[in-house]
Amino acid sequence: MSFILITGLLLGGTYALIAMGLNLQYGVARIMNLANGEMLVAGGFAAFWVYTAGQVSPIAALVVVAPLAFAVNWLIYRLMLQPLVKRAKSRGALEVDSILATFGLSFVLVGIMTWMFGGGYFNYSYLAQRVDILGASYGQNRVVAFSIASLMALALWLWLSYTRAGLRMRAVAVNPNSARLVGIDVPAVSALAFGLGGAVTASGGALISMFFTLDASVGVMFTMKALIIVIMGGVGDIRGTIVAALILGIAETFVARVIDPGLTLAAAYVLFLGVLLFRPQGLFGSKPT
Amino acid sequence: MITPRDIRNLLLAAAALGLAALLPFYDSGYILSIATTMAMFTVLATSWALFSGPTHYISLATAAFFGLGTFVTGLGFQTLPMWLLPLIAAGIGAVLAALVGMVTLRLSGVYFVIFTLGLAELVRQVVTWVQNRTGQRGMYVLTSITERDIYWQLIGLAALVFLVGWLIGRSRLGFALRIIGNDETVAKHSGIDTAMAKIVLFMISGAVAAVVGALLAPRYIYIEPSTAFAPILSFQVVIMALLGGTGRLWGPLAGVIPFTILWEFISRHAPNQTLLLLGVAFLLIVYVLPGGFVGLYDRLRRRFGAGGQ
Amino acid sequence: MARVVLEVRDVTKRFGGLVAVRDMVFDVHQNEVLGIIGPNGSGKSTMINMISGTFAPSAGSIRLNGQEIAGKPAHRIARQGVARTFQLVRLLPELSVVENVVAGAAFGHRQRWGAEAESFARQLLERVGMGRQVNMPVSSLTYINTKRVELARALACEPEVLLLDEWLAGLNPTELETGIDLIKSLRDDGRTIILVEHVMDAIRSLCDRCVVMSSGAKIAEGTPADVLADAEVIRAYLGADEDA
Repeated sequence: MSFILITGLLLGGTYALIAMGLNLQYGVARIMNLANGEMLVAGGFAAFWVYTAGQVSPIAALVVVAPLAFAVNWLIYRLMLQPLVKRAKSRGALEVDSILATFGLSFVLVGIMTWMFGGGYFNYSYLAQRVDILGASYGQNRVVAFSIASLMALALWLWLSYTRAGLRMRAVAVNPNSARLVGIDVPAVSALAFGLGGAVTASGGALISMFFTLDASVGVMFTMKALIIVIMGGVGDIRGTIVAALILGIAETFVARVIDPGLTLAAAYVLFLGVLLFRPQGLFGSKPT
Repeated sequence: MITPRDIRNLLLAAAALGLAALLPFYDSGYILSIATTMAMFTVLATSWALFSGPTHYISLATAAFFGLGTFVTGLGFQTLPMWLLPLIAAGIGAVLAALVGMVTLRLSGVYFVIFTLGLAELVRQVVTWVQNRTGQRGMYVLTSITERDIYWQLIGLAALVFLVGWLIGRSRLGFALRIIGNDETVAKHSGIDTAMAKIVLFMISGAVAAVVGALLAPRYIYIEPSTAFAPILSFQVVIMALLGGTGRLWGPLAGVIPFTILWEFISRHAPNQTLLLLGVAFLLIVYVLPGGFVGLYDRLRRRFGAGGQ
Repeated sequence: MARVVLEVRDVTKRFGGLVAVRDMVFDVHQNEVLGIIGPNGSGKSTMINMISGTFAPSAGSIRLNGQEIAGKPAHRIARQGVARTFQLVRLLPELSVVENVVAGAAFGHRQRWGAEAESFARQLLERVGMGRQVNMPVSSLTYINTKRVELARALACEPEVLLLDEWLAGLNPTELETGIDLIKSLRDDGRTIILVEHVMDAIRSLCDRCVVMSSGAKIAEGTPADVLADAEVIRAYLGADEDA
């Protein structure tokens, strides 16, 4: 039992980081980015590539992956999504447009990655030794990935809570119109949030690639999970996101171990259903009025 | 109230369908095979647009309904009469759609997209799990049904879907959906049970997709969860419907024909690039062709044709 | 006195810790124009949103012709005979003017469909003063005409009670005069109307009675002349001005 709990927590920690990326993009920039999972896979591929080509540790690769992902996502927002925000007549119209556009982007990215790396599976062996925790042994790579993900999530949370830039971002998340009135450059902050979200997700991908076999088309699975976590935790709610991610990690591990490894998505769906039925405003959200 | 224009349109549609039904006498090989695919997507995209066109809810659940339909035929074709299978599929599709609709259609569009996106994969996982437990694998659907039969069945179904769509468009339900698509708050305060209207339409499109699956099962001969619930189908349907445009009943058809040909061409010559094609098509619809071919047609007509009024 | 159409008893609405409406009690009689007035943020809009079913009261009862409607979904309440306009005009942009009005006729209290609904809609558009522009897209309408269309849509379901949420706001002086005359003529038709309004001239000339709200509670009730002379009402308005 404690094995399931700890394995689940280790997995959930990495999920939390990925979902925080998506939550930044949806909460601040108001774009439901359905290409989020592809950013993750791209981050994982980059880590794979530098490790196999140059024996560079995937952790060191973060130094390159994160800024690169930031730049790419920032450009995507400025070039592709901002025009949609501008032309949208209503929140609903923007929603449909951004869903379609980011789906398109996701397929294009899968297409490009398949073309570059082929359709096969990718994994590499890094820190594969075991480490003992509470009488059971776990892959070192999982523990390291969890620790780095936690550190990054903590840093992000501190940054959002205690810096001026973080404050601006939270202001836009709460209400873009009021934020504009107090002199915040909403498009700039949105682009920043979108870039940052992408960087966080891609970093999560690099970490996950240390213990998870990726292929070019697996991104959509991660998008689903991240979306479920964001909805479960509540849009814009970092604490909720972390708790939801841990719950999902544990639930998935439990179902995979006890019932059937083929039912992990079903486990996520049971949680999703519960949230939609009983707490559509998120775990900690108050009822909408 | 049926105007002379309605009668003309009905006759035109009947003539077009009749003409389409003659195709198997002309060719029973490659062209028939493509035409069957087109007929399949015409039914799927048209019924998809019946729901998603007016409400702007993007459903990615087509593959889930379709896959269930193929399984109904796969499991039942030896023991049950063939005519019963599509009806059972329709029932199951409608019930699943009602359940999904009740959970998600009260909420915003994003929740609905996400939920339907995973639905096919969820059903696939559950079906695979059940199969593993009962020791089953995929199944052979060996029947005497030819591609020609399937094609005719699909043409018949297309006629039915167009008729239902036409009737809904003239009904209070269709009008209610247009109002919901414009402003849901106004719809509610005008006395429309918005959740019910959306669920009913979603049930229709879910039932139709399941029937298509049931009819097509014999074409695949061998059915297993990973192919029957392939999520790509849902995306193809969305692309074709939006490329054609959901503003008119014939819109999706205008998307199905070119896209099927293009898809066929790409998957023959560059099978790895089909996803890229899907992606580019999505972006094209958003950035170049909002409203699809129907939208383009309306814009052109307004610019050049409205002078006489 | 005429029959009571709408009966509001001890209605309270809380949003989290905030009490937006507290223990409201009032009646609306047949053929009456009742004004709900008060400073900004006093809970007027919340009150009529509860009557129309936008959200449910936290406590209390709202009865329409003796039947409980508090907490019912908006479409049920609409069918039972409550129609409304919105503070910020809401028309259906992809529908023509006449279709916008048919939208009100087709699903509401007295349902009409087909040719009957259309001719009824045209009749109502004529009634609110825009007989000529019935087939235009709504995007081409002037501001007051959008308000007219919205009013015709609300009238189209022949409501027992018509809720007008700041229907006169934003009109220029000439339009305001037209608007007041229009609502006056509706009252003369024998309709029952609840008016949430800021425009004092309109309140004086239109309302039979007024309910004055401040900080979510009722502070006065009576004829416009009486309540506007009430010391507490004056304090509420001026106090609110000082705050603002």
